[in-house]
Amino acid sequence: MSDVFPKWTNRLPLLVIVGVSLAGTAAMAGVWYYLTPKYTRVGYQPKQPVAFSHAIHADQLGLDCRYCHSTVEKSAHSNVPATSTCMNCHNQVLKEDPKLALVRESFESGKPIPWVWIHKTPDYVYFNHSVHVNRGVSCVHCHGRIDKMDEVYHAKPLSMAFCLDCHREPEKFLRDPKLVTDLKYTVTAEKQELDGKKFVHDWKVNSSQACSTCHR
Amino acid sequence: MRYILLILGLAVASVMIVAGKRGDMSRKPPIEMWDDMDRQYKLRPQTSANLSPDGRSSRLPVEGTIARGQRFADVPENTGRKPGTTNYVDTIPVAVTPALIERGQERFNINCSPCHGKTGDGNGITKKIGAMPIVATLHDPRIVGLVDGEIFGVISYGKGLMSGYAANVPVEDRWAIVAYVRALQLARLGTADDVPAEHKADLLKK
Repeated sequence: MSDVFPKWTNRLPLLVIVGVSLAGTAAMAGVWYYLTPKYTRVGYQPKQPVAFSHAIHADQLGLDCRYCHSTVEKSAHSNVPATSTCMNCHNQVLKEDPKLALVRESFESGKPIPWVWIHKTPDYVYFNHSVHVNRGVSCVHCHGRIDKMDEVYHAKPLSMAFCLDCHREPEKFLRDPKLVTDLKYTVTAEKQELDGKKFVHDWKVNSSQACSTCHR
Repeated sequence: MRYILLILGLAVASVMIVAGKRGDMSRKPPIEMWDDMDRQYKLRPQTSANLSPDGRSSRLPVEGTIARGQRFADVPENTGRKPGTTNYVDTIPVAVTPALIERGQERFNINCSPCHGKTGDGNGITKKIGAMPIVATLHDPRIVGLVDGEIFGVISYGKGLMSGYAANVPVEDRWAIVAYVRALQLARLGTADDVPAEHKADLLKK
């Protein structure tokens, strides 16, 4: 019989068990690491049609986010500014610059600039910007330090777990709504604890975790 | 055993090399795992849509129509003018409260201060970097002398090189800004005589 089953086959069951469990672990680790928005979305930095720098406009020039994103406090959708908003300044500033050719062209033709949408929730998620910024959730919580980005990239995962982290403990994140667009804002742990509890209480913040809050 | 480990190690290494690590920059759109209903056949604001002739999901209003909630009545609150005329109203037609002025301060700092400066002296960032040589100081006697309705009109429709802000600043906020501009002018040009008698003592204290 030794010809049919050579000696090494004695170790086969062990090899299979070890091999399968190692491969299984590796596969599971791979799924855990790669198949979530922390990997799939974070770092997405598309090439935009115009090389607009948030670092220059928001940080160096100190424009408030709401100068351009003017609907964010009133609407579920935070607007990408119309070309006319760009032209408020760029009718005088860098008015011959070739980098802005597309902006001028858009302004004249009325055809929108085809900006690439980066922070895209799935279509079954109903995120409302206004309700968040009016209750002291800062831009920075979901978009990161946009004011340090020359080219905007997806900085936070915006996964469901990411939303729930805050919905479960809003007091850890809320700040004075007057400071929502201050992306540099820092706060000590003690002050955040006091502020957070106060805001949640005063404004009756009910960051619901019911499914229909976001999926309706 | 060695072969199993070797194959496994190679497989893991090749995945890591190809896929990289979390947070790596990528120009390519994110892969959508389990993409059921992620992208639905519906319109989201400011996207492209082949349904409409100009390819936008957000349609432009039909000429001669207004959006729901948009103001249209010929009253000074909406137009800054006396009804039925083109004459600007002399004073702000809404109640001026501390809350309104505070709102005006916030909106002024967002929309006006980049050029006019936080104090309204025309020394905003655009002047400082030399990008805009001519920016009006709001303390100019000509501007101080304008009636409130005309300031509202300039905010709404622009003047000279300044564009109108009607699309970005809602009507009620424009009045708030007018109130705050008046406050800035008073703060800059006021004298001790403008301080009410009962507060004069406070003035001398500091």
